[in-house]
Amino acid sequence: MSRLQIHDVSVVYPGLNNGEEVHALSHINFAIEPGEFVVALGASGCGKTTLLSLMAGFISPSDGYLTLGDNPVSGLPRVACGVDLHDQIAGPGKERGVVFQKHALLPWLNVIENTEFGLKLQGIPRSERRERAASFLKLVGLEDFHQHPVYQLSGGMQQRVGIARALTNDPEMLLLDEPLGALDALTREVLQELLLDVWKQTRKMMFFITHSVEEALFMASRLIIMSPRPGRITHEFKLDFNERFLECRDARKVKSLPEFIEMREKVLSIIHGDEQSGGMH
Amino acid sequence: MLAQKTLDNPELMTDAEPAEVPPSPSRQEVRPAPTLLQRAARLFAAGPAKPGDAFGAPGQGRSLAISIVTALSLIGLWFLSTTAGWVEPLFLPSPTAVIARFWEVLTEGFANATLIEHTGWSMLRVFGAFALALVTAVPIGIFMGVNRIARGLFDPIIEFYRPLPPLAYLPLVIIWLGIGETSKIVLIYMAIFAPMALSARAGVKSVAIEQIHAAYSMGASRWQVVRHIILKSALPEILTGMRIGIGFGWTTLVAAEMVAAQAGLGFMVLNAAEFLVTDVVIMGIIVIGIIAYLFDLLMRFAERKLVPWKGH
Repeated sequence: MSRLQIHDVSVVYPGLNNGEEVHALSHINFAIEPGEFVVALGASGCGKTTLLSLMAGFISPSDGYLTLGDNPVSGLPRVACGVDLHDQIAGPGKERGVVFQKHALLPWLNVIENTEFGLKLQGIPRSERRERAASFLKLVGLEDFHQHPVYQLSGGMQQRVGIARALTNDPEMLLLDEPLGALDALTREVLQELLLDVWKQTRKMMFFITHSVEEALFMASRLIIMSPRPGRITHEFKLDFNERFLECRDARKVKSLPEFIEMREKVLSIIHGDEQSGGMH
Repeated sequence: MLAQKTLDNPELMTDAEPAEVPPSPSRQEVRPAPTLLQRAARLFAAGPAKPGDAFGAPGQGRSLAISIVTALSLIGLWFLSTTAGWVEPLFLPSPTAVIARFWEVLTEGFANATLIEHTGWSMLRVFGAFALALVTAVPIGIFMGVNRIARGLFDPIIEFYRPLPPLAYLPLVIIWLGIGETSKIVLIYMAIFAPMALSARAGVKSVAIEQIHAAYSMGASRWQVVRHIILKSALPEILTGMRIGIGFGWTTLVAAEMVAAQAGLGFMVLNAAEFLVTDVVIMGIIVIGIIAYLFDLLMRFAERKLVPWKGH
């Protein structure tokens, strides 16, 4: 198993109308260990999505580089991990699956065709990719919806398809960009539990972005709190509420534990501090 | 449990319960049968309103009945004004005269060709140009959307000639290509090309970036992204461009058949106008209108079949 490592990464956008440069991320050093569920939380503009886009390979850093195991993700380091990676072209790759908030399914394909899409791109025979897609659709509870058009599904079911699609491709890690952000509160809680079950069964590395403090505490093995201007990681917490849920299967009980509530208030005060200083801007 | 049983066994239900409850008489009294006037008014009503939608988007509701009445009124007015002798037949012949002429041209012909031949030639030109535009404009439009060099090459050309009236460059097309069939098809082709290429390009631009990113994250190559995401995603706009394009084709038909045509609906109308045969002019206009409308219906049907996700 390989770890995802971020080596002193900065992302600087040129300012609008010759204004000041925007430091979306500044000197990030960070790693995700195999099997870890990392959640990023922070005020708007703190660089969470930029960090995810870097890991996915959609953007390149202005400085520094990222590696997954011995392989480059983006950025062009001269030597990393003893391997000369200079001039290697990196970018998005199937070892890093992404689940988006919405609009990422392909409406001209039905549920199972969407799910097997990645395998089709790789030229895997139809019967094999059908079988693999069906097993992950079963995992997310959509075994009875193979032939449904995706645009007729509810938001929660669409996200289930998105999760199954990313898993079918068998990536080493999943990058989840506010995957539950557009859902109603009830569906959201159901899918939180589903994602933890998926994580328990696959033990893939997860990088999960959210705006919800409760969701972050519930899902994370490690929580990182980010702060804007310049975007950076300010706090890190090791948590085990997700493991406790997987043991007792009672989400409400976990979320009302005294230590959960204490942690929630602590994180809220950190984030509110950020938002106030942001408001002065 | 009991409810379940009765549902499963309809016989049991009739046994246990009395026969159907008779409709309450008081309710029938409250709602008398609608009068003829009320029925007529209902025909023009907006249709069943959604509850709570008092301040919905403007212009919702049905309009078909109003459209049919408008069309029938115009035809009626045409009939009335010609039979009453308000206008000279030279300016506006009666509907019966136009229908009679339609039959005559269909069987005997006008200007050395029957209506079938006129229609056939015109359809050959318009649909020939349309097919040519389809296989060139759509790929070029998509290429313009995905490649900055292609965009830089084609954008000034298309944007310059697009607003020009076809009649303005008709002489040039004839000087270059002669008075044969080629120049006619090229003129119509040019009119169709621009809207179709621009629609295909707009279709490419309308692709959700999440879909492209998702495909790359699943290991797609650049070519696979174009083929599996961009082409499919642009399809609704390409189909819209086809509908707009064929419309431009029909509007350019008469201009294309102005010079040295032997047959064609546009030629027939122009020829009839020269000899002041007004009923053939009107008949030709109606035939063009009907063919164009039927093709548009076909395209709308194709849209529903090919891009059922549009609007979702």
